[in-house]
Amino acid sequence: MRITQGTFSYLPDFDDEQIQAQIQYCLNNDWPIAIEYTDDPHPRNVYWDMYGLPMFDIKDPVAIMQTLAECKATFPNGYIRVSGYDRSLGRATTALQFIVHRPTDEPGFHLERQETNDRQVRYTIRSYAADKPSGRRYE
Amino acid sequence: MDKSISVFPRELKENTGMAGSNDGAPKSRWASGVAPYVEMGYYDADYQPKDTDILCAFRLVPQEGVDPIEAAAAVAGESSTATWTVVWTDRLTAHEHFQAKAYRVDRVPGTDQYIAYIAYDIDLFEEGSIANLTSSIIGNVFGFKALKSLRLEDMRIPPIYTKTFQGPAHGIVMEREYLNKFGRPLLGATTKPKLGLSARNYGRVVYEALRGGLDFVKDDENINSQPFMRWRDRFLFCMEAVNKASAVTGEVKGHYLNITAGTMEQMYERAEFAKELGSVIVMLDLTIGYTAIQSMANWCRKNSVILHLHRAGHSTYTRQKTHGISFRVISKWMRLSGVDHIHAGTVVGKLEGDPNSVQGFYSTLRDSKVAINPVQGLYFEQDWGSMPAVFPVASGGIHAGQIHQLLHLLGEDVVMQFGGGTIGHPDGIAEGAAANRVAIEAMIQARNEGRDYLNEGPEILERAAKWSPSLAKALEIWKDITFEYASTDTPDAVVTPS
Amino acid sequence: MADTLETPSEQIDLDQVWQSSEIQSLLDKLNEELIGLVPVKTRIREIAAMLLVARLREQHQMLTDRPTLHMSFTGRPGTGKTTVAMRMAKILHSLGYVRKGHLVVASRDDLVGQYVGHTAPKTKEMLKKAIGGVLFIDEAYYLYRPENERDYGQEAIEMLLTAMENQRDDFVVILAGYKERMDTFFQSNPGFHSRVAHHIHFPDYSLDELVQIADLMVRQQMYAFDDDSREAFREYLDLRVQQPHFANARSVRNALDRIKLRQANRLIRAGGSIVAKDLARIDAEDVRASRVFRGGTASETPS
Repeated sequence: MRITQGTFSYLPDFDDEQIQAQIQYCLNNDWPIAIEYTDDPHPRNVYWDMYGLPMFDIKDPVAIMQTLAECKATFPNGYIRVSGYDRSLGRATTALQFIVHRPTDEPGFHLERQETNDRQVRYTIRSYAADKPSGRRYE
Repeated sequence: MDKSISVFPRELKENTGMAGSNDGAPKSRWASGVAPYVEMGYYDADYQPKDTDILCAFRLVPQEGVDPIEAAAAVAGESSTATWTVVWTDRLTAHEHFQAKAYRVDRVPGTDQYIAYIAYDIDLFEEGSIANLTSSIIGNVFGFKALKSLRLEDMRIPPIYTKTFQGPAHGIVMEREYLNKFGRPLLGATTKPKLGLSARNYGRVVYEALRGGLDFVKDDENINSQPFMRWRDRFLFCMEAVNKASAVTGEVKGHYLNITAGTMEQMYERAEFAKELGSVIVMLDLTIGYTAIQSMANWCRKNSVILHLHRAGHSTYTRQKTHGISFRVISKWMRLSGVDHIHAGTVVGKLEGDPNSVQGFYSTLRDSKVAINPVQGLYFEQDWGSMPAVFPVASGGIHAGQIHQLLHLLGEDVVMQFGGGTIGHPDGIAEGAAANRVAIEAMIQARNEGRDYLNEGPEILERAAKWSPSLAKALEIWKDITFEYASTDTPDAVVTPS
Repeated sequence: MADTLETPSEQIDLDQVWQSSEIQSLLDKLNEELIGLVPVKTRIREIAAMLLVARLREQHQMLTDRPTLHMSFTGRPGTGKTTVAMRMAKILHSLGYVRKGHLVVASRDDLVGQYVGHTAPKTKEMLKKAIGGVLFIDEAYYLYRPENERDYGQEAIEMLLTAMENQRDDFVVILAGYKERMDTFFQSNPGFHSRVAHHIHFPDYSLDELVQIADLMVRQQMYAFDDDSREAFREYLDLRVQQPHFANARSVRNALDRIKLRQANRLIRAGGSIVAKDLARIDAEDVRASRVFRGGTASETPS
């Protein structure tokens, strides 16, 4: 399966030039960029690990592309996403967020159903990859 | 003219701010009988509205021979303290304070319409009550015989009053953070057919649309709990669909479970059950009334459930230009009431919506500060302070081939709902959903890359259709569908080339 | 090489190329902003010409290595090094040698940490910010502290050297500081010396140039010297340059600030009625009240 979180998951994976164009768009809006990675893509896993602090005061998207390349080299089998952050009053939130790297094989999720009374079912979504300990999930 | 039968003197001078008197001799303000509203103090051309006043702009058409200023004063009077005759009990009150004041009356060029501006003191209204606000301002006056028609065009609601309302249970920012969806419009669809599906088949539609790429599916306004599908069955099957779709995509998904019902008790019961099943969102119809909406909005904030509002019935009073209430006013009331989503027009779809007016509704719902903009029909500045923004929902006769226009007109913070445009796809519902998702993502990508996406839109879609057969089919089947009819509700001002 | 060219005799309109590169307007601006500094301006013009020709050669498929662009700017404080660096960044940008053309100013404190593991991230972050522009390292010799063999500066130096070599497309480094100390620094760090292509020295201003600078500042601030006060200020400068901590244009600005203070006090003390012009005029007395004339030292306000 293909996890479709993020702004551009229904498009073919972006090449570097396309990623850089989106980063440039963020920088044009004065949105600092953050790079995050994870090996647990559960839809409710909010806090992916930060690859360094959000990058403030960057003028050239190449600087971010270099950091991204390092992150990819460090976590070749993880998910990596890029976010642009808008700090303006009344926003203070992520403005754009898209996955730029994913494992070659995405096993997806198991939907666990626990039947209770009155025909109700309690649902739990469990990532198949998360059965293994962190760090050994997409080997 | 016989004053004992007509309230309105016929020979008042227009725009002087002075009410004429028929018999010359000045009469005491407190003499028993009928006095013109102007003379009773409901018109004051020199009045300087206070920052704390609630201001209204009314479009009024007086009956033949009725002075427009007196008509405006009458509207001010009837929507605040006055009745048809002088009452001595006014003298027991600080009546100058409580009287609404018409302070400006403008003729709409080339018509028999006038725009009357009226200021209401904040003390006329109960805190945090749309019911009280509306009972005052639109309570009686719309049936007034001396007016042919009356329309509430816009209101300026000061922060001192907005602060007495909860406002949107979550707002756009919180909703996006909760759903983990950023940088693009959210996508939805209304389950079709509107009526007649069994709960099990209904859930099938929901599952297919969500797994195909939509973020939300929606009950229609008239799906409540009918014999063919009772509410509890619908909720159970829909939540199976939502959870399964979430597992196959890795995304948070939702279905607007319509909890509209005949009594508050039933609505609370349905809301509680939706929450228990883990639904991220519930839905109401505007027909349940302002108080019920406010109650449910409070419940939604308390229970972390997003609130979607369908504006069922609004066109009965918002569509005609000379009588009723503009939707921009309804937008303000609903932002105060606390809904998170509200249908606000598509411009290009099958339902009424002049582009400028619709953009005015969208600013009213989304911006923190809204400036006066006659072209968009915005008569007043509106300062929302820190009140969260409402997601406008664009729904009704829109499809993937219009994505570039929709994005250009409506922006990014909007829920775009393609009902027929998803479910009517020849290859199936999931393919229809995927077509819409591919189209919006490709358009956002192009926009962010700095392309002129409005003009290059069709090309951008064609290019994406080369690798997305579902988009290719959608573009092919709906390529010629447009709904081009003149709008009835349009602002008076037009953009003139300079 | 000539026979490998496709169109060896193609016409190249140099004037047009020069104009369209915006270099001339950048150089003009530099000329307006900075008095004197003729040797510096000449060097900048030469470098610009060289870079433009290199671009043209590249466009005509002639063998061209990317020129080394790292520079050192030496000279005392207040001689215009930062201003010139800002213009240089714009020139490099207009010729496409850096992608964005911004200037990031860094000193030792921005690059070197105070404990183990602190330096690398700091230096890395500054380098990241400078990507696409020019990294201006002020008083670069402070990075190197031979007296302390465990100084973390060495780590920053090594990272800088690597970046200057491997990321030549990403940014240009300008090392700046006093001439003598930079010379020592280069001697002890031959790695830097070999990576810096252009050494530009910013000489101290002559007395005439300093007076011109003062005139320009006074005019910009809508004050006016008369002949006496201008002469007094020249005498002031003549004494001041021989004192320690003289910082050229910066010292001129500080001296003028103190003169404005004295002018205001003189006016208020005298009282009575004046004409508006008096608010602008600087009197010789305002200048001569300085301690410098009585053998004292100027009280430089920290800048």
